[in-house]
Amino acid sequence: VNLHAEKAALFVSDPARSAWHDQAVWWVRQKRDNAQRAVPEWEELRSLAAQIKAHALSRLADYLEQFERNAQALGARVHWARDAEEHNRIVHGILRDRGVTRLVKSKSMLTEECHLNPYLTERGIEVVDTDLGERIVQLLREPPSHIVMPAIHRKKEEIGALFHDKLGTPAGLSDPKALTEAARSHLREKFLAAQAGLTGVNFAIAETGGFVVCTNEGNADLGASLPPLHIACMGVEKIVPRARDLGVFLRILARSATGQPITTYTSHFHGPKPGGELHIVVVDHGRSALLARPDFRRSLSCIRCGACMNTCPVYRRSGGHSYGVTVPGPIGSVLAPSVDSRKHRDLPFASTLCGSCTDVCPVRIDLHHQLLAWRGELARQHLIPSYKRVAARIGRGVLSRPWLYRFSGWLARVALRVLPRGLLYARWNGWGRGRDLPPAPRASFRSQWKSRGHAR
Amino acid sequence: MEFATRAAIPSRRTPGACYRAGVDVALFVPCYVDQFYPQVGMATAEVLERHGCNVFFPEDQTCCGQPMYNSGCWDDARPVAERFARIFAPYEHVVVPSGSCASMVRNHYADLIGKGVRVHELCEFLHDVLKVTPRGRFPHKVGLHRSCHGLRELRLGSGSERLVPRTDKVRELLSGIESLELLEPSRPDECCGFGGTFALDEEAVSCRMGRDRIADHESIGAEIVTGTDTSCLMHLEGLLRRDGKPLRVLHVAEILARAEAA
Repeated sequence: VNLHAEKAALFVSDPARSAWHDQAVWWVRQKRDNAQRAVPEWEELRSLAAQIKAHALSRLADYLEQFERNAQALGARVHWARDAEEHNRIVHGILRDRGVTRLVKSKSMLTEECHLNPYLTERGIEVVDTDLGERIVQLLREPPSHIVMPAIHRKKEEIGALFHDKLGTPAGLSDPKALTEAARSHLREKFLAAQAGLTGVNFAIAETGGFVVCTNEGNADLGASLPPLHIACMGVEKIVPRARDLGVFLRILARSATGQPITTYTSHFHGPKPGGELHIVVVDHGRSALLARPDFRRSLSCIRCGACMNTCPVYRRSGGHSYGVTVPGPIGSVLAPSVDSRKHRDLPFASTLCGSCTDVCPVRIDLHHQLLAWRGELARQHLIPSYKRVAARIGRGVLSRPWLYRFSGWLARVALRVLPRGLLYARWNGWGRGRDLPPAPRASFRSQWKSRGHAR
Repeated sequence: MEFATRAAIPSRRTPGACYRAGVDVALFVPCYVDQFYPQVGMATAEVLERHGCNVFFPEDQTCCGQPMYNSGCWDDARPVAERFARIFAPYEHVVVPSGSCASMVRNHYADLIGKGVRVHELCEFLHDVLKVTPRGRFPHKVGLHRSCHGLRELRLGSGSERLVPRTDKVRELLSGIESLELLEPSRPDECCGFGGTFALDEEAVSCRMGRDRIADHESIGAEIVTGTDTSCLMHLEGLLRRDGKPLRVLHVAEILARAEAA
């Protein structure tokens, strides 16, 4: 069973929608290109970012402890979570102990990864996502399909219908500005009623104990400032050593993500606000296991800009939901198998290995080589389909024997010429479903070369 | 013995003949080109010979092992790669009309079998080693398809993702050919969707990607799509034939050979 291929085929089976999605996401890639061209030292920034991340990861434990000390000195409480379950338990514990039943959240892919929302909802806490895209998918009861633009797979008409249903906007209203306005006033009530705000973390700074949250809607600031309690959840890999490292990362993050020079809000949090509480939950959830693997550790440098999704020709056509994970696209296909290689064994094959992701990545993760490395790893774990193993074994046998190779080639060419079309294009032929087979010349190159040699 | 030694090469090809001046080149013809697109191999040899190379075709060659390697089956790819390395080791220059196979040998053999083999993709050999500017005439509108591995693994061009000085070896090679109108698709280096086994694993997305590339080249008025890799072109040609479209595909070697013969 190849889940990604099946879901992708379903998405592609609506060519108009697939083309629209491709164009919408490609447009963001183009905006990124334009923003990049305004920064002549772009490639240098990429190298710097990659080096800072590599350094931070190489001393991760030290920097995390430094961060903890400094954050505590600023008055924050720091919690450590081994996995998603522990993370959810900690967050719920903080809320429960303070009698919180209404929580507003800004975008956090980590909490999506940990499935925090259902965990809290089941325990009687109302969770409202306040990022517009996240709110849309929350109302749709869908997971995000993109880490920066969670509702990119939905057209404005569909959002109009959703808001009509859930927020009481006039039927047929699909003007993005009007819909945003409606969401805004709906969310404002939620903000005012909330007893706690939860945000993600883009960068946690070891030397200061502060952290940075980047948003375009200001929802993180409202959520962190209005209620008395602020919970910030971060993966261990969010650490940067020094505040001045932000001078590298903030320049590449928004440009890579949306083509903006910088996000509308870049909010720095240093300890709780006066009279408030700040809790920072630091989550591992498979990350240190990934750090232990030299082939794949570079994927921990990811700053979640989503540029690899926007450039990925497969993602653009198959849609984010086809990946079946919180973080889709090339980086998701590298990260997911490290958490559960059996469950996500299809993802490293959901790529043509075109390498565009690697070249677009602002922290120079060699994404397509990691996908290739995963394929080798999956084969070693016997997690690739048996037909592939058999085909590879046959390929090796044939390609190791020139006579057998020549004979097989001849046989294939004869078959292409003499077999009836009905048989050639029967169900077994995956290639032939949408394409014609190659031509069948009478003579191979090697025999033509040989006879040419004789002629001279 | 599986391969000719360096000293034996000239006499093996033309027994009794004098040693000809020029660069000795071993030609690697990818398996699918050998069997299904022999004209691409012939055109490659022709172009190389026209530019002063003595072309040898080691007959024991089969494949670089990429199909197995990219499927994850490294144990099955290894003996094929080792075989390739053994056969081509004696030659100073190995040239292949495929960016993808060249990248496999150059970039992945070190991981796979512990040693790289120096190979050149045809265009980079003409551009970087022979430093020639092909001449001739080819009066057609040609859309340039930049195959991914040639572009991003061999850096035949700068690529649209990176902020580096614009370069394009394939375009430069074709620039000396009279009446050839080289056209840029609106997405200059998007993948065609072939991707080796991806074409079968993800048949629907693969075909969608290919049809999108075709539409792009049609919209700019190309009569012919060219590229450095027959694999991409085979995929596009399969779609074109299925859809009954007039757009044709030609490998860069074929265009160079035809232009220079004109």
